[in-house]
Amino acid sequence: MIDEMLRPLDYEFFRNGLAVATLAGALCGLIGVYVVLKGMSYIGHGLSHAIFGGFAASALLGVNFVLGAGAWGIASALLINGVTRRRVIGSDAAIGVITTASFALGLTLVALFGTTGLSFDAALFGSILGVSGGDVALVGVVSAATALLIFFNYRSLLFTTFDPEVADATGVHTARIDTLLMVALAASILVTMQVLGVTLVAATLVIPPTVARMLTNSFARMLALSTVIGAGCGFVGMNLSYHLDVQSGPTIVLVGATLFACVFAMTGARGRQRASGVAERFGALRAAR
Amino acid sequence: MRSGADGELVRLDGASCGYGSDPVLVDIDFSLSARDFVGVLGPSGSGKTTLLKAIMGTVTPFAGSVQRRPALRMAYVPQVETVNWSFPISVFECVIMARRGRRLAWSSRSERADVARVLDRLGLNGLGERHIRELSGGQQQRVFIARALLRDPELLLMDEPTSGVDVRLRHEILHLLDDLNSTGLAIVLTTHDVNGLAAHLPQLVCLNGRVTGAGRPRDVLTPAVLEETYGATMEVLQHAGMPVIVDGFHRRHQAARVPRETEAKAAP
Repeated sequence: MIDEMLRPLDYEFFRNGLAVATLAGALCGLIGVYVVLKGMSYIGHGLSHAIFGGFAASALLGVNFVLGAGAWGIASALLINGVTRRRVIGSDAAIGVITTASFALGLTLVALFGTTGLSFDAALFGSILGVSGGDVALVGVVSAATALLIFFNYRSLLFTTFDPEVADATGVHTARIDTLLMVALAASILVTMQVLGVTLVAATLVIPPTVARMLTNSFARMLALSTVIGAGCGFVGMNLSYHLDVQSGPTIVLVGATLFACVFAMTGARGRQRASGVAERFGALRAAR
Repeated sequence: MRSGADGELVRLDGASCGYGSDPVLVDIDFSLSARDFVGVLGPSGSGKTTLLKAIMGTVTPFAGSVQRRPALRMAYVPQVETVNWSFPISVFECVIMARRGRRLAWSSRSERADVARVLDRLGLNGLGERHIRELSGGQQQRVFIARALLRDPELLLMDEPTSGVDVRLRHEILHLLDDLNSTGLAIVLTTHDVNGLAAHLPQLVCLNGRVTGAGRPRDVLTPAVLEETYGATMEVLQHAGMPVIVDGFHRRHQAARVPRETEAKAAP
């Protein structure tokens, strides 16, 4: 039985996929805490679709996928951040307009010019078959950079997420902090897309922090728990996907969803009360004068 | 509010400011000195919060000027009603986040000692690990005052500190602020509460887009100033040497009803 469970580790593609899924799960779990607590859960879904536009464009132009789609994703993220900070429209509307337009552009480009050999099925639903050692290194670099960003800006990120107006008044460069977070988020989604796919990457940003929120009332513990839960879901999901012969993206998400259901049931009313507030926004919604 | 530049912390000279092209405050003259305790009174939308933001520097005047003493240490306490009480944060985490200068995720021993000291000063000793929602209303307000005090401010700005609180808690907050002011901290707070809070403060500024009155409560809380501030008639009574504001609606309404009732009784 154990031999059977360890058999996929004989294959290099699986070892790479497992490493990417575990690292990507941890990365999305870590950065997802800020996404969820800022009430921007929809951004993961939106940005992954926006990056699909860049994916299509870079494929047609013959530009490196990571550079092309990465630049596209970061531009979309900064555009959303800029529109949201100006408070002309809400963050949900800004995400909806910018990312769906980008996704539609990607689909139009594919319809007009076709593809150049890249698998758009893999982009949409994820695949571990094409994961190389370079991809593992890329996810590792983005994970390490994001962890360092959070470690060295911990208080500023916390203050900006919890109380942006007061943070701004206290001298925290909230615009810079939000920009850094958006760049890290776009990079995280970009490197995660290959395993999880455009349509499912959002779940890895939302499920681990939501489960972690049900288990703790402390921000520091939520960050740690969410990272571990994300990594665990990636690891278990990837192994299950091999043994069940199902795509990696859906399996990882279903593992997370099952964990959510279990914790939701086990923590009872207290957990549900905590989770109910994860998407709440506060003062910034009210332009008090 | 005291005259003279000695000890002056902030001065607004003919400041007009707002959001976008809409002016909220027009031609504001206001000065604040060390140890001042000023209440800013006015109806909703009168520019009370905007005045605090202008003092802090998060709103820039498009006319006039706002001058702050160089290196002035300010701290701001938001309305507790705007706080996200579901946010996963303990009392300690909430207070320590205001401490600047350290970039690492964990706090130093001296920082933890500072937080313990400020929590102890505000009667929150032993509550550091509690979630902010697990506190009483008074304790919740004090957590945000503790966060402000951790910055060792010379000027404390508070937005509606007694909004939505009961009488006991209002007294508790007022006593706490009075104690803090007596240690040398200058305080500016906004309030809607004329009788419960404003009348008890040493200095008031009445605001309705512009300054309609400034000075001691007994000089400012007059029917003329209040009508100019709120756009409604109010009566001012005296109780134990303090002004008590009564809504003029009831008496006017009664006065209007008496002739009608008299006419109705006289009718056959």
